[in-house]
Amino acid sequence: MRHHLILRVVTKLLVGTIILFAFYVQFHGDYSPGGGFQAGVIMAVAFILYGIVFSLRKAQQVMPAWFVHKMVALGVLIYAGTGIVSLFMGYAYLDYDALSPHHPEHGQHYGILAVELGVGITVTGVMIAIYYAFAARPPSISDEEW
Amino acid sequence: MLSGVFSLLSALLFVVLDAVDVAFTEAAVGAGISTVLMLGTLALTARVEKPAAHSPTLPLFVVFVTGAALIYGTMDMPNFGSPDAPANTHVAPDYLERSPHEIGVPNVVTAILASYRGYDTLGETAVVFTAGIGVLLLLSGLRRRREDEDDAAETKDGKA
Repeated sequence: MRHHLILRVVTKLLVGTIILFAFYVQFHGDYSPGGGFQAGVIMAVAFILYGIVFSLRKAQQVMPAWFVHKMVALGVLIYAGTGIVSLFMGYAYLDYDALSPHHPEHGQHYGILAVELGVGITVTGVMIAIYYAFAARPPSISDEEW
Repeated sequence: MLSGVFSLLSALLFVVLDAVDVAFTEAAVGAGISTVLMLGTLALTARVEKPAAHSPTLPLFVVFVTGAALIYGTMDMPNFGSPDAPANTHVAPDYLERSPHEIGVPNVVTAILASYRGYDTLGETAVVFTAGIGVLLLLSGLRRRREDEDDAAETKDGKA
């Protein structure tokens, strides 16, 4: 897409905004609509848009495939790890009161943030990984035929 | 394209029903990612559809019967916003009453999803994880990498 000047300029403007919005949805999810899943998808959309407009190779320079694969597992580990932390503090699995025993509400808040972060990382990783897997295969239709 | 439009419209419908979190997901996943993935899939398949081998009458009949059954099923549903609906009488009032002082998070949806239903969300994350791994195993270049390793092993053998 060398020649699509408007697309490239608009994408450059939008990608940063989309990532910022994803962070807002991620970390403000307990006050406003949204949460880890939505934030993960929005974050992935930023990289997918970049990949579509600037070619897959450029997107993989920013977000290498091996890193995406690590993210997929890291998110689940963060989620399950939060539960194990509360186990070690002597509470039930995924009982966030453990994270701040004197202020259970604060503990719940930290727990929800950690867990949503895990969900967000996994969803971002999976969405980008699926896009990479689809886009990296050589298409049976060449670009000239469109 | 049509499915993308449909997702966007249903996202608007969810906003009207005050289910903003669901609307958010629908707009991002349904209208955004699935459309891109559908286009990506289209680019991988052949260009011309194969001619249909059988007439479309029977499938059309099945579709109509299923649709009629679904519409018949909605007759038993309670009216929208009815206070007697199971959704408003079962656990929802309990959650609404307890979450402000137990969780202290203004967004009750997040409180339920991440705290009261933490196990379910963990399972959901595991499902997303499994789906990602499955797609990677089926589509990514793992086989190619193994061939590369075979090549590398062969060259190593050759050198030795």
